[in-house]
Amino acid sequence: MIHNNLAGQGVVSDLMKPSLFRIESWKRESPDVFTMSFLPKDGMGGVGENPGFTFLPGQFNMIYIFGLGEVPISISGDPAPGLPLIHTTRSVGAVTQGMSLLRPGAEVGVRGPFGNHWPVERAWDKDLILVAGGIGLAPLRPVIYSVLNSRNKFGKVILLIGSKTPSEMVFRGELRDWDRSKLMEIHLTVDRGSKSWRGSLGVVTKFVPAISFEPENALAMICGPEVMMHFTIDALKKRGMQPEDIYVSMERNMKCAVGYYGHCQYGPHFICKNGPIFPYSEIEGIFREPEV
Amino acid sequence: MKIIERSNFGRLIELLKEAGYEVYGPRALDGGLVYDHIEKDSDLPEGYKDQQGKGLYRLEKSGDPYLFGFAVGSQSWKKFLHPAEQRLWKAKKTGNGFTLLDPEPEPRPRMAFIGVRACEISAMTIQQKVYEQAAALSGNPATPDAPPFIVAVNCTHPSNNCFCTSMDTGPRVRSGFDISLTEILEDHSHYFIGESGSERGADLLAQIPSRQATEAEISRGKAATDKAAQSISRSLDTHGLKELLYQNYNHPSWEAVADRCLSCGNCTMVCPTCFCSSVEDTIDVTGQYAERWNKWDSCFSIDFSYIHGGPVRNSVKSRYRQWMTHKLATWIDQFGTSGCVGCGRCITWCPVGIDITEEASTIRNSPKTQEP
Repeated sequence: MIHNNLAGQGVVSDLMKPSLFRIESWKRESPDVFTMSFLPKDGMGGVGENPGFTFLPGQFNMIYIFGLGEVPISISGDPAPGLPLIHTTRSVGAVTQGMSLLRPGAEVGVRGPFGNHWPVERAWDKDLILVAGGIGLAPLRPVIYSVLNSRNKFGKVILLIGSKTPSEMVFRGELRDWDRSKLMEIHLTVDRGSKSWRGSLGVVTKFVPAISFEPENALAMICGPEVMMHFTIDALKKRGMQPEDIYVSMERNMKCAVGYYGHCQYGPHFICKNGPIFPYSEIEGIFREPEV
Repeated sequence: MKIIERSNFGRLIELLKEAGYEVYGPRALDGGLVYDHIEKDSDLPEGYKDQQGKGLYRLEKSGDPYLFGFAVGSQSWKKFLHPAEQRLWKAKKTGNGFTLLDPEPEPRPRMAFIGVRACEISAMTIQQKVYEQAAALSGNPATPDAPPFIVAVNCTHPSNNCFCTSMDTGPRVRSGFDISLTEILEDHSHYFIGESGSERGADLLAQIPSRQATEAEISRGKAATDKAAQSISRSLDTHGLKELLYQNYNHPSWEAVADRCLSCGNCTMVCPTCFCSSVEDTIDVTGQYAERWNKWDSCFSIDFSYIHGGPVRNSVKSRYRQWMTHKLATWIDQFGTSGCVGCGRCITWCPVGIDITEEASTIRNSPKTQEP
């Protein structure tokens, strides 16, 4: 029997309603990147004994700024229970620019979390290679927190980060702490250096041939521009890694985040619900195919 | 099966109205066929036929008294089931943020559709899968509203653009209806062969003045739809079509079709299964009230694929490829069915007459492209 689809739309309408969250803190990461933490506003957003935000590393939220609109933003905080929601984003469009002007106390709408997640548990007892391009470190940061929360479950953890310039490198404070902790190996590089930059120059893929890990017992997670992910995948495959062990985070236009508005289609996949994380083996056929 | 004389057809509409349904059906308005309110049987497009071709549609007087002597118009029932514009919520600005306002309860009419074609029932079923998957994500599956009462009319006058026989969706309905009718016009008789597909359909059918159909009448009904099926000359070879399109992202024919395609989005607007929508967040001039609207969108618009830095699908080639590959291939992976029901609307309403069946066969009939 044909159901009145309006019933289905009622449910979709519910999914399209944001919950109110209050901004708790605001921090500038780079000239146009900022990090905010949020807590559910009293009486809304599932406040209970656990006032934090529950999500899995790699998931995203739809953030609504009153009157301006809504954008998908990955969650960059610690997935441990009971902690505030944290987002890191670049101010690129009307909504994120409006968002960048908000300060603690202001309220935003949140829908989520949506999407699948990085396969953190698959990386147990394996070496873990994390490769980030620019702000691509934001959706990977929850993985790093997960690793640090139970470090002995993982083999070697290697973090490779590429950024355009030293000033655009995000989470510099955290990077320093992680480096000092000796719990992971970190390699940084920038496209263009500065007077004070003593580190490496060039693309992030250049580290891949040199790092020491067990390619047959490793997992890689990559987030950055498609071209950067493409060359990183090539380099990892040359080291002997299998396509099903290399995970990438894909991006398309997202409107509803529930696989209903159709904008985020990527071949047969809806990025919002089948992604944004894919094992490379699942998208090999269309990855780098122009305009898919 | 029952025989309802043409003179008693009006009772069907009256009974539906008496049962509390808002009745909708085809009407001839402004030179086209639209689905609109029906009050009485004379609202139906009696004596009209349609002529359809590539980029061609004419609704004409036929000189015979058929009520349903045409195929389909530009509109589909999705305009009722998946409205083109729908407000999702309204919010008011507060000191630090905003508050969602309790929505005023919107009256949901119980709808009855008269004259639904087999291909259109398939389209409704396909769109429903999209809702069901989204609803499943909410962990709060849809409590179905009163489903629309569907009076299907078997297609006896397919158009030149129809290819339901290729998609296995018609011309005869098989399920998804409350009542199905076959309209028969012979020398001196004009009647409908009625069959119920549900309990409420049977109840309603029992109240319409009718008599049992004879074997001869039943076979005349079957012959009418068989003849319709045989008259359909357009075809789409669906065998291995998904794999074929997956292997041909770089076929030269995409460039060729892009040379003709205006990227106007007509095909997506008239398609009874296209579901892509957009969210529009608005604010009033006072800056105090915001609303969120759901509106039909088209993968042919350049904004559709916009991400920071620009649209993913800049070229018309990539947008046509997205539409056709979605309709005939990726849809199968997403929803377990083709997204095409063979109604031919996209061919009729394309201003330059692009034909999805031809585009598919062009790819099938030429050598597979090399891997990039």
